Amino acid sequence: MSAEAPLIHARGLVKQFGTLRAVDGVDFDVQRGEAFGFLGPNGAGKSSTMRMIGCVSPPSGGTLRILGLDPVADGPAIRGRLGVVPQADTLDNELTVQENLVIYGRYFGLSRAEVRRRAAELLDFVQLGERAASKVEPLSGGMKRRLTIARALVNEPELLLLDEPTTGLDPQARHLVWDRLFRLKQRGATLVLTTHYMDEAEQLCDRLVIMDRGRIAEEGSPLDLIRRLSTREVVELRFAGEPPQVDPALFDGAVARVESLPDRLLLYTEDGDALVPVAHERLHPQSVLVRRSTLEDVFLRLTGRTLVD
Amino acid sequence: MGAYALRAFEYWLVVYRRVWRGTVMTSLLNPILYLTALGIGLGKIVNSGGGATLGMPYLDFVAPGMLAATAMQVASVEASFPVRGAIKWNRQYYAMLATPLRIPDLVAGHLAYVAARVAVSAVLYLAAITAFGAVHSPLALLGIPLCVLIGVAFAAPISAVSAYAEDEVFNPLFRFVVTPMFLFSGSFFPVTRLPHGLREVAYATPLWHGVDLMRGLTLGTATLGWSLVHAAYLAAWIVAGVAVARWAYRKRLVT
Repeated sequence: MSAEAPLIHARGLVKQFGTLRAVDGVDFDVQRGEAFGFLGPNGAGKSSTMRMIGCVSPPSGGTLRILGLDPVADGPAIRGRLGVVPQADTLDNELTVQENLVIYGRYFGLSRAEVRRRAAELLDFVQLGERAASKVEPLSGGMKRRLTIARALVNEPELLLLDEPTTGLDPQARHLVWDRLFRLKQRGATLVLTTHYMDEAEQLCDRLVIMDRGRIAEEGSPLDLIRRLSTREVVELRFAGEPPQVDPALFDGAVARVESLPDRLLLYTEDGDALVPVAHERLHPQSVLVRRSTLEDVFLRLTGRTLVD
Repeated sequence: MGAYALRAFEYWLVVYRRVWRGTVMTSLLNPILYLTALGIGLGKIVNSGGGATLGMPYLDFVAPGMLAATAMQVASVEASFPVRGAIKWNRQYYAMLATPLRIPDLVAGHLAYVAARVAVSAVLYLAAITAFGAVHSPLALLGIPLCVLIGVAFAAPISAVSAYAEDEVFNPLFRFVVTPMFLFSGSFFPVTRLPHGLREVAYATPLWHGVDLMRGLTLGTATLGWSLVHAAYLAAWIVAGVAVARWAYRKRLVT
């Protein structure tokens, strides 16, 4: 056998809401064991795609196969093998942490004894073991998100879907979530996530697609995308007033590309440090910062816009 | 009801476990208060002034009416805010739909819970009116399944409204539908007292059919033919209500 059939297979996938084409003909495959990401700004069609994969939103067109099955005809069978972490929490605040987990396991038809056993393990895994008897209401956003992740694992899913898993969390809470997801990845779990944070995509995704306005703009590993579509380094210049208009030719081939943002000028180059004195001399910026290229730069190159406004 | 619907039903039971004590108190206290005021207090005036028109003591008349009307009220409350909450506040319906559960399971699971909830309050209520001496036939035991029938006949269409309506709908629903039905569907006085026009409206309400049948059961005067007509009418409301509820749930939850 050359290759296993993909867990998710999409061709020409479309989602239409009235006159709005939220997803406009996207193709992608997700293989078992990989961490696959949809990176894009709000409104790019990531969540709509995710809801179609989760078999809660019927596709308007194209082909979609999840675990080799048809999401419209086999929704319950597929959902029984998925774990879903939705963008907005769907926890019952009046119930305890433990009760939320147990009832969710019961939706999958697990016996009470089995679901209690798994609940104890999962709560330890997401570091909420001591809060099992606490109501959900007073938990912090990060704890609720970790509980939602534990809940999504209760049926031992073959595929874990995470829609914006750390949106709205403070930096420390985000790192805790990333740490847990990274462990799942190490255990060989298949993760599919959407995010508009390029650092999240870089940390967690083996492979990702960049989505913009319902379409896939590019596909590859984070490193591959950065190598192909950006330079090694970026020099960021800030000015007292508006950034000046600059032609890359000004730098005799040292600058591959210039991006002009409202608050700063980005010079794309292979050697940032070498460019700094030249930039100082010719442009007189107020401040200069040299950094490595990120997916944010890839996105900017592809769409002319930044990911997070 | 399928296995999936039972899982949705279980969620509502878990929620109910938190509040059941309060509802049991209400289910016992309400009939005691109402029957003392209406059956004994008001009843004394009614009986002395012309009880002959009813052909029975007012207590015997009003107690089955209250039982039927209470089934409607309990079910209506359980089909309004909890359904809205499962969509908007704790979003539990979205949690269920991420699992193997489907829209018809959500509808059936919730209505099964309403049925159980109404049955519990019916048992307590029936015990109370029996203690007041208003029950005259063992047929009254059929009043428990009848309460369930009445309850679901209201809960099904009301849950559809709760799922469908985006804005505030419960105030007008209770003010202009549930409360008028409570007052004018034959629970407190015979609908023959209503002027023509309104009387026909009262006959069309599911509650009147429930009240009339309930009275037949507690007094032991029910006939098979009319009992089947009343039950069939309530069942028709359930069938239609479930169909509309499925449609409304789908419209709201699946996009």
